Amino acid sequence: MSDLVPGAASTSMKHESALLHVTGRAAYIDDLPEPRGTLHLVPGLSTKAHARIVSMDLDAVRPAPGVVCVLTAADVPGENQISPVHREDEPLLATDRVHFWGQTMFAVVATSRQAARQAVRLAKIDYEEKPAILNIAQARENGSPMVWRSLTMQRGDVERGLKAAPRRLSGQIEIGGQEHFYLEGQAALAQPGEAGEMRVWSSTQHPSETQHLVAAVLGRPHHLVTTEVRRMGGAFGGKETQANAWACLAAIAADRTGQAVKARLDRDDDMMATGKRHDFLIDYDVGFTDEGDILAVDMVLAARCGWAADLSGPVTDRALFHADNAYFYPDVRLKSEPLRTNTQSNTAYRGFGGPQGIVAAERVIEEVAFATGLDPVAVRLRNVYGTGTRNLTPYHMTVEDSITAEILTKLVGRCDYQARKAEIRAFNLTSRIIRRGIALTPVKFGISFTATHYNQAGALVHVYTDGSVQVNHGGTEMGQGLHTKMVQIVLREFGLTADRVRITATTTGKVPNTSATAASSGADLNGMAVLDAVRKIKGRMITFATEKWGVAAEDIHFRPDGVHVGAEAMTFQQLAWQAYFARVSLSSNGFYKTPKISWNPETGRGRPFFYFAYGAACAEVSVDLLTGEHSIDRVDILHDAGQSLNPAIDIGQIEGGFVQGAGWLTTEELVWDGAGRLRTHAPSTYKIPACSDRPRIFNVELLENAPNREETIFRSKAVGEPPFVHGVAVLQAISDAIASLDDYRTCPKLDAPATPERVLKTLMALREKAG
Amino acid sequence: MRQTIRFYLGEDLCTFRDLSPTLTLLDWLRDRGRTGTKEGCNEGDCGACTVLVVRLEDGRLNWRAVNACIQFVSMLDGAQVFTIEDLGTADEPHPVQTAMVEQHGSQCGFCTPGFVMSMAAYRKTEGATANDQAIDDALAGNLCRCTGYAPIVRAMKQAMAAGPDRFDAQVEVIAGRLTALRDGESVRLEGPEGTLSIPASADDLAKILLADPEATIVAGATDVGLWVTKGMRRLKHVVPIGRVPGLRALSRTSKGLRIGAAVTYQDARPAIAELLPDAGEMIRRLGSTQVRNSATVCGNIANGSPIGDGPPMFIAANATLHLRRGAERRSIALEDYFIAYGKQDRQPGEFVEALTVPEPEPGAQFRAYKISKRFDQDISAVLGAFMIETDDQNRITVVRLAYGGMAATPKRASGAEAALMGRVWDKDALAAARAAILEDFAPLTDMRASAWYRQTVAANLLTRFFEETTGGGQARLARTGGLAHV
Repeated sequence: MSDLVPGAASTSMKHESALLHVTGRAAYIDDLPEPRGTLHLVPGLSTKAHARIVSMDLDAVRPAPGVVCVLTAADVPGENQISPVHREDEPLLATDRVHFWGQTMFAVVATSRQAARQAVRLAKIDYEEKPAILNIAQARENGSPMVWRSLTMQRGDVERGLKAAPRRLSGQIEIGGQEHFYLEGQAALAQPGEAGEMRVWSSTQHPSETQHLVAAVLGRPHHLVTTEVRRMGGAFGGKETQANAWACLAAIAADRTGQAVKARLDRDDDMMATGKRHDFLIDYDVGFTDEGDILAVDMVLAARCGWAADLSGPVTDRALFHADNAYFYPDVRLKSEPLRTNTQSNTAYRGFGGPQGIVAAERVIEEVAFATGLDPVAVRLRNVYGTGTRNLTPYHMTVEDSITAEILTKLVGRCDYQARKAEIRAFNLTSRIIRRGIALTPVKFGISFTATHYNQAGALVHVYTDGSVQVNHGGTEMGQGLHTKMVQIVLREFGLTADRVRITATTTGKVPNTSATAASSGADLNGMAVLDAVRKIKGRMITFATEKWGVAAEDIHFRPDGVHVGAEAMTFQQLAWQAYFARVSLSSNGFYKTPKISWNPETGRGRPFFYFAYGAACAEVSVDLLTGEHSIDRVDILHDAGQSLNPAIDIGQIEGGFVQGAGWLTTEELVWDGAGRLRTHAPSTYKIPACSDRPRIFNVELLENAPNREETIFRSKAVGEPPFVHGVAVLQAISDAIASLDDYRTCPKLDAPATPERVLKTLMALREKAG
Repeated sequence: MRQTIRFYLGEDLCTFRDLSPTLTLLDWLRDRGRTGTKEGCNEGDCGACTVLVVRLEDGRLNWRAVNACIQFVSMLDGAQVFTIEDLGTADEPHPVQTAMVEQHGSQCGFCTPGFVMSMAAYRKTEGATANDQAIDDALAGNLCRCTGYAPIVRAMKQAMAAGPDRFDAQVEVIAGRLTALRDGESVRLEGPEGTLSIPASADDLAKILLADPEATIVAGATDVGLWVTKGMRRLKHVVPIGRVPGLRALSRTSKGLRIGAAVTYQDARPAIAELLPDAGEMIRRLGSTQVRNSATVCGNIANGSPIGDGPPMFIAANATLHLRRGAERRSIALEDYFIAYGKQDRQPGEFVEALTVPEPEPGAQFRAYKISKRFDQDISAVLGAFMIETDDQNRITVVRLAYGGMAATPKRASGAEAALMGRVWDKDALAAARAAILEDFAPLTDMRASAWYRQTVAANLLTRFFEETTGGGQARLARTGGLAHV
């Protein structure tokens, strides 16, 4: 790679907005200069979990100081529906019923945000309460309908496999949800234009969907609506569909008042109104041998989906896709139960159900390890997918490149797992109050949208006559460094330096019909589309040069020191100018669709994933037996990013993903009260990891010499979601520490999140058992 | 009497004649186009709005990171405020900004300005080191959801090793400016959105409150700020006391450490730690650097919260509260101040003037244990603070066991104390106290913990206390601080 310019794809480069970030000059929606007379919208949220709306008295709201208008369902000019999956089960504004505590019933538009917030409180709502179904247990008891079809994946004969197995056990694991806690809350600014046009700046991961839904609620064709987003202050899946409502409300208000309208949610409203990671209750039945070989697995994965379908169908599907993690189950049946409840409509969150499936898979491994007395890592190595044989997933896709064993083995060696484990065991023999634990877990994560049609992307690249380049593509920047990677692709292809390439805001006006930036696929899809656009322009420039200077195409090279045309060298700018003068188009779109993939949910078979990303993590923890408090003392991660597009950014994704995953499984607890009101709706009560929660010893490495065997953008691999799963090692390490109380004879069955309270309860139960 | 509020924003002197007394610094900054300061939570928990407030105190400049979202503009009289816009530019970055870029310390960038301000403030903190725990303490009030903090800590270490920044050259200029703003005058502003009175002395404050017992005293606004930003309350008459000279005193008297009503946790911490090392350790985890830079020890008491961390500690330490109404003064045992939930022993027009924490008797053992879901910057599920004295036969002569989070007020475990008093401090005594404590409290179940957990931990903390005061070996996680026992 010596001929690459500094910062080109496959090398480290700083985030394209880093200097703007650190100087406070990076603009988010609420930082944009407000158009003259901008109004502010604040939603009025329900205060019952399930009720018929008897009356909604807004008479005190309308005359309140600063109030311009109040919107209710009757004020929606088009459809009052924003279901992203066209289930028609998600009214933008409640009509006759409310289905969860926090549902938007009306919206106040006022001259200031403060005035709107004050006025919202003056509404008088009369409810007739209905029984509310708040969790998975209640949903099952009451036969609550599912928000999506149940999916079953099976291979072999699980009943027979379980019966024939020499050993068998069953159990249940509870896995909590997670609030995204993007630092920038939901925000949108809508500005009306001429002839029915509407321009919307939205903090959205899915500008096209936001555009389509704004058009639908306004009752207009798509071409009148343009959505734009330069960057988000974090998203993590929480702005894939959940950004739409606020953009739609702002647009309706802007349409009605003729003024620009901004909707920026207060943090408490944001957490009360928007969906979160699904919590799951997973039942497992597993057959295995004394040697730790898994023979059959039967799992039912039930999820609290909330009041509307949203993305719960694909999320619960993906939980099934990952309920094998990296392991071959000879006979298997996996079934989802996407249950409807009167809570926030749960949604996409980094991993999209996959992490929950993996937590269950790792619990099964842990159970088998305790039952057989084997080291959990040994059990893992016995059961990982093989190459050539034992390589068919429950959805009948062949794992062509299983490298889990290689990664596990490497990490065991590099982090000195065996010696540290022995040392920890010795420590625990004499330590009465503090116990330590260690665990080493793998991840295998399927890359591609399981909705096959989403696996497409577009880009638009312009080369100007001064040789500067503007890049646009359909992906959105939420901090993951996507825009940086896209710039790097252009640098690499044209041999330019970063100051010559500008990436612009994502807008539906430049690249239409885009997919959500989700499923870790942003760089894979948009990178190939950008490359396609760049290569089209480059091809035209080369053709032009061959004709003009009579040099063969293979003798033309775009290098860091300029473009070499045979023996001649010229600047990129000179070539661009010459090409322009000769009437060569220097602008091109680009397009990409992922090859090889297919998935049929009817049969539960297909190849939903282009490839898998792999990794492994080893976590060491200490647990206080008096209080259940714990600390993460050391973490080692080895992760497969293929031939990384940007090692610095990818390591950042791994470090950040791990801490977020560890937070999900430890400190982050969502608590609803008996009335269905979320009681953890602000950072004062909902605790994401703070600085001191990061492991003090934190070694992260990328797997070396591991180009993607599939033809991805410069052989890289997706890196957004897979490292989130590494947090599982922490849960299992805490479990390992607790297990010391019964001399490692009993699986502690620690559920998540492992708050101090849950850890204490689990360890006391085990201690009682140990006697 | 002055009828203006004056402070510097960056290089500009800002003078207000008409000001809503509860206008937050964050709203004001963003309305002025200083949008680098972000709103992440509007309740002082995420740090995205961190700004740097410089004040001249005891002849030198103090640089403090504070949360702009719960800082009222009216509290800034006489200060100089720097926001991210003042720190550096892409062409001339501050060393912290350079380090954050080089270490890949920003991803989405939204929390970044707040981190940068906290990091810049930390560089200006006396005794700051590049030690991991010290950095954790400095950054505990800044939440980042993207990076996992590792690159930010690397950047902090790099920035600690960097040379001087632009502020180092300005010390004298800033000191001169702030000196010029000092006039010793009280301030009163009356406007359509309320009245603001800034007393020039404790006597002044006493008069203001006698005249208007409904006035709201604001010290650090870390609690009152939320009444405004989340409770949407309108306060008719606000009385900031944070800068009242007589209330800022921290003194050692024959009776102990006297902490004036306006002394922040940050300022009080070293003196408290000297008296009660474990209390100093606990205060390290109380709120965050930004919160401790604003919040006062006495405010934490005056507001009467059942989950404030200060009160149980100071009750265990047998502290005395000094109240004043007009010219009348009285002193009560701190524990007697808390009558019931939301009800304190404070008369209309009366205010907390100071707290005295007595010096522990030689041989007395004091411990404070904070239990929360997250280690840093979390409200306690349970806080246990214990003081014990034994005679030469190891018989317990003094015992004070105080808890937060266990009842509607911070409260002593009277049954457990009775079970211990006069007994030899041994395992049997511990067992008796553990049994008794289950009868002392009937705690609530809420989002922080269940009643079961609170009860169980309340008893287990006595076990920890026993272990640690009778040489029983390591009794807590290493991260819970410098006092880990082996």
